Amino acid sequence: MAEGGVQEPFARAARQREAERLGMLIFLASEVMLFGGIFAAALTLRLEHPAGYVDAAHHLKLWLGTANTGVLLTSSLCAALAVQAARNGQARWAACALWGAVALGTVFLAIKGAEYAGEYREGLMPGMATTHFEGRTQQLFMNLYFIGTGLHAVHVTFGLALLAAAALNRSARQDRHAMLIGNVALYWHLVDVIWVFLYPTLYLAGVR
Amino acid sequence: MSGAARLLLVWAALMALLALTVGAAFLPIGMAKPWVAYAIATAKAMLILWFFMEMRRENGLARLAAIAGFVWLAILIMLTATDYLTRRWIM
Repeated sequence: MAEGGVQEPFARAARQREAERLGMLIFLASEVMLFGGIFAAALTLRLEHPAGYVDAAHHLKLWLGTANTGVLLTSSLCAALAVQAARNGQARWAACALWGAVALGTVFLAIKGAEYAGEYREGLMPGMATTHFEGRTQQLFMNLYFIGTGLHAVHVTFGLALLAAAALNRSARQDRHAMLIGNVALYWHLVDVIWVFLYPTLYLAGVR
Repeated sequence: MSGAARLLLVWAALMALLALTVGAAFLPIGMAKPWVAYAIATAKAMLILWFFMEMRRENGLARLAAIAGFVWLAILIMLTATDYLTRRWIM
């Protein structure tokens, strides 16, 4: 179905694809700004309390964060392969790659959840009865960590729903312009890019 | 090169950069550490944008839309840093 998925007011699929792509990219730019505030807050905290920031970040699980970076990068590869497969008319491969991306995204959330559980046990989760921080900087850092990774995890959850919806959508899989799958993949890649910057900001900063 | 092979190669490069950034974090390079970490993160983001997000095949308008958010973010980060880095100069 080369021209089958075209909707009003577009006459040609290529034109519709271009417009949809542009709209998605503008939405993603707004997402970059949303997370930008968190990165600016992290920068401020680090400039004001350089040593305290490193000490606070040292309490995070570097290896879980590193593993999650690898998992998300691989998940992005799956999404990119799905777009390519759909474009080549390999609908089955596209579905497989999308489900692969969903599986890896779920692994990411599971690792993140295990990390949160560990931080809860160590009394590092803000606002709990057992919470005890070494100082104001650690409290601010952990607030930032939970807001940053929490907001990211919400985006991962939305991304997983979109990827699964695309995988279940027969006409999306068979669309050789890969319009829906392409836009879902774009969103998924941006979630990946945000994590690529959260990783040095939160985890790598703690290596002394 | 076939499309899938290119994507796999980009993924391998991303994994190599991840290993590199972890390794660099343990090097005794002091003040340069965050600069190295963010330089590698930027390299990873550019690979994702260029190959995975297919900016290499998009037209100028789409590329502009993709980069716009990052440009405004750079302004935000730069002006914030200008403020906090120079506060002690006048106090």
